[in-house]
Amino acid sequence: MLEDKDRIFTNVYGFQPWTLDAARKRGDWDDTKALLSKAQDDIIEEIKASGLRGRGGAGFPTGMKWSFMPKESKDGRPSFLVINADESEPGSCKDREIIRHDPHKLIEGALCAGYAMRARAAYIYIRGEYIREAETLQAAIDEAYEAGLIGNNASGTGYDFDVFLHRGAGAYICGEETAMIESLEGKKGQPRLKPPFPAGAGLYGCPTTVNNVESIAVVPTILRRGASWFSSFGREGNKGTKLFQISGHVEKPCVVEEAMSITFEELIEKHCGGIRGGWDNLLAVIPGGSSVPLVPAEQIRHAHMDFDGLKELGSGLGTAGVIVMDKSTDIVRAISRLSYFYKHESCGQCTPCREGTGWMWRVMTRLETGDANVEEIDMLYNVTKQVEGHTICALGDAAAWPIQGLLKHFRPEIERRIAERHGAVAEAAE
Amino acid sequence: MPKVTVDGQEIEVPAGATVLQACELAGKEIPRFCYHERLSIAGNCRMCLVEVKPGPPKPQASCALPATEGQEIRTDSEMVKTAREGVMEFLLINHPLDCPICDQGGECDLQDQSIAYGRGGSRYHENKRAVTSKHMGPLIKTIMTRCIHCTRCVRFSEEIAGVDEIGALYRGEDMQITTYLEQAAKHELSANVIDLCPVGALTSGPYAYEARPWELKKTWGIDVSDAVGSNIRIDSRGREVLRVLPRINDDVNEEWISDKARYQVDGLTRRRLDKVWLRKRGKLTEATWDEAFKKIAAAKPGKSIAAVAGDMLDCETMFAAKALLKASGSGLIESRQTGMDYDTSNLAAVNFNSGFSGIEETDAMLIVGSNVRWEAPLVNVRLRKAASKGAKVFIVGPEWDPTYKATFLGEDASVLSNLPAEVAEALKAAERPAVIIGAGGFAAGAHASAVKIANDFNMVRDGWNGFNALHISAARMGALMLGYAQDGGIADIAKAKPKVLLALGADEVDFSKFEDSLKVYIGHHGDKGAHAADIILPASAYTEKPGTYVNTEGRVQRGDKAVFAPGDAREDWTILRALADALGVTVGFDSFHELRAAMFAEVPALAHDGEVADYGAVAKAVKGNASPTGAIPSPIKDFYLTNPIARASAVMQQCSNELILGDTLAEAAE
Repeated sequence: MLEDKDRIFTNVYGFQPWTLDAARKRGDWDDTKALLSKAQDDIIEEIKASGLRGRGGAGFPTGMKWSFMPKESKDGRPSFLVINADESEPGSCKDREIIRHDPHKLIEGALCAGYAMRARAAYIYIRGEYIREAETLQAAIDEAYEAGLIGNNASGTGYDFDVFLHRGAGAYICGEETAMIESLEGKKGQPRLKPPFPAGAGLYGCPTTVNNVESIAVVPTILRRGASWFSSFGREGNKGTKLFQISGHVEKPCVVEEAMSITFEELIEKHCGGIRGGWDNLLAVIPGGSSVPLVPAEQIRHAHMDFDGLKELGSGLGTAGVIVMDKSTDIVRAISRLSYFYKHESCGQCTPCREGTGWMWRVMTRLETGDANVEEIDMLYNVTKQVEGHTICALGDAAAWPIQGLLKHFRPEIERRIAERHGAVAEAAE
Repeated sequence: MPKVTVDGQEIEVPAGATVLQACELAGKEIPRFCYHERLSIAGNCRMCLVEVKPGPPKPQASCALPATEGQEIRTDSEMVKTAREGVMEFLLINHPLDCPICDQGGECDLQDQSIAYGRGGSRYHENKRAVTSKHMGPLIKTIMTRCIHCTRCVRFSEEIAGVDEIGALYRGEDMQITTYLEQAAKHELSANVIDLCPVGALTSGPYAYEARPWELKKTWGIDVSDAVGSNIRIDSRGREVLRVLPRINDDVNEEWISDKARYQVDGLTRRRLDKVWLRKRGKLTEATWDEAFKKIAAAKPGKSIAAVAGDMLDCETMFAAKALLKASGSGLIESRQTGMDYDTSNLAAVNFNSGFSGIEETDAMLIVGSNVRWEAPLVNVRLRKAASKGAKVFIVGPEWDPTYKATFLGEDASVLSNLPAEVAEALKAAERPAVIIGAGGFAAGAHASAVKIANDFNMVRDGWNGFNALHISAARMGALMLGYAQDGGIADIAKAKPKVLLALGADEVDFSKFEDSLKVYIGHHGDKGAHAADIILPASAYTEKPGTYVNTEGRVQRGDKAVFAPGDAREDWTILRALADALGVTVGFDSFHELRAAMFAEVPALAHDGEVADYGAVAKAVKGNASPTGAIPSPIKDFYLTNPIARASAVMQQCSNELILGDTLAEAAE
């Protein structure tokens, strides 16, 4: 279990104020100038050495992502850092806690990361529904400007760095990095084709890196305490600490910072007071926010909660938004609701996702009540395969995976419903 | 030049090519909906998926993927086949099965590709989506349930037309293509989205339910609604032209035509002159050809005969008339009906020398009195490309919306002899500076001044000729090549008081200057010329005769005859040939071929179909006032009603009412 001294987010529950003074007492903005006295490439190397993988869901090594940015501008174009605070994944609520209780960690992280990748400014794209959070973050940014921590000659380093806050308008797809860039530019939030990748041509056609809030907020602490400290947690390839967000049928749902690779059982027992009704009552878990396939009870209990551990189970760590479902759950209905979410949030740009999400949702609603034929289960699986991997962005995959997880693990339940309904219909007809 | 392998066949592709282009070079057909050569790449239909190694283990959109050295591309693998079938199925689940009543039937990309790449049946048993149709104006008919969201129309309106008229609302399966607040699409090229639409969502309003594509006879023609000489395909059934579509010609109209070129054709069946008419006691009465010819002969014109050529004439007609006059001993020929008298001694000084594709390369230009959007919409597309590449644009004359960044220097022509420093510097610094003088510039007498500017700024240099005249009459350059110009313009003809005036489709002439002449109108529409005429001889419109046309860049092009002229109307040259007999003169040709041979002998450049005529160097100076003053007019008052065919067209009238006068009328109604 992670000891208190090793926690990065020491105010995640908001027991202390978020303000600059309080943040300073917690160690934020402590001689940031010294952190930035290192060469830029050394900072990137440090982050690479720490083993930090992107906390937004895909788990791409953060240091490597930064290293794709140009070392110098050959044509006068500036570089930008975009921070993805459009936390809309069902089951995820970590960025919100960071922003409303520890915003200075994010702003300081923005400066450190921005300096390392030679960015001129950071744009924080915050989810539109986060109204109070946006107010807090803006106030924190203002505080930081006033204290000379960011802006021209940020923190006395001689480096000019601005931080802008941009509020989204409530579209899930704007959490996709290129859709976010489009939206920032004032266009309709639709993902771009890649290549070109944002590191080559991103925001306003300039080199851009898009990082998750958590990935950026942990950077100052990693730089202060060293890569070796951070990489002392977790298994190989899955280093560091992570905010887990456990919701659903546990005794005490919570957001908690834990070491990576903790087992599911330990996470639940230590922090959440156990599964509602005991472990025998556990039905399934969606371990990484709504986009990843569910894992049935018997497989998840001793699983390591990290990128590779969950990948082995055919699922993923995602944002570590752990959705726990006990046996009172109508699992088909639950996944059907997720299908509706993806149907509702598909941007409509490319064919498989636009047409496929609606089709999948419609079949799912029928499967809820068993109003279908058994063959349609295979057809539905086939449709998910037709969507997966054929789209511009990953939303198509995200819409397909939960259904694939359901079909893989709960096919008997669906067949039972179909048989039951057919029986009922036959009876009524007599 | 990267080398790639397509289905095992090694092929070298140009640098910068996409995988899709590489596949096409290898002779493989790649199905697509959203991809279009002239639009930006959207990559959203996902139909063009292919398997590419090295790369992720999933199919890739070939339209958006650059071809790189050593790629192994497969277009025939199981993965590709499944992917195509999958995408096709998705496209079809919400597409209505109304092909039998859909106007796109027979020329529908979705129809064709579903046969080639789709599954036999559907597995979709839910309700299909229905979308309300949108108002897009009088030309574009929408049935939006059929839309497959390829966004070609959106990209066309943004990128080519340069107006944000069409866009997509909502998201996911609720996404809908519409114009903003369902206002009419007003751009002059708006109807090109009908050709671009791969399905029947955007179809032609005026042509709705008229015909099936396989019933139509297709004839290659040249558009005469402006001086661009757009290459068109005339689709006809029986004696009626049903529609006009663009042909691809990268040098001229690329792949587009203006809405006027496309939709004025319904005017070809209205207000037609299909009988011979004679004015008796002030009233036009029906007559026979014989009576008409006798009456002309009775006027005994001798050499007191003049010809004025209209704006839509082919060179053959003008040559036949010229031959007739020459045989009679007259040289009174003129084509500038409205009275312009600019110097035509140097044809290079009245020509669009940069060429349409060449003008894209300019980096600074001065437009003198031209509303290019109305005078030549397709040239404006080229200017827009130049501007988007960074060309500085300055415009003298009345203001209009160019769709790109331009600086207006006021309406007064006096600015030409005293260019602001900013303009002078930009033109001086430019590598390929250009000046474009349009109809307003000519009318204001700014020709000499424009030539002076071209010479002052050394616009004609090695490998670049930046002097451009943008005419609005399809017949103009051909007429000038045939010598249809008097030193003093049409005033010289009026001064000569000809006994007989042949008005060849001339409808813009001020006939009050010819009170004493016997006015013979040889043309096809009952417009201004016919109203003023003493004798009307019914002739053929541009779709009803083969003809040679020279566009404003001096490009010689030929159109074919699509249909026969109605009633007693004849091809123009036959009328003139018969008139020669009536007047007792010999013109030297008895057939169309002989006429053409004689014309080629006189003006050899006209023999070279598709080529730009060589007019030599631009003169150092031309006759005329080099420091004109006064306001530059805008000769085109209404884009949709510039010629007799368009004025007779109900569709063009409707466009004029809704798109040009719409706001005024709505205001008046309140």
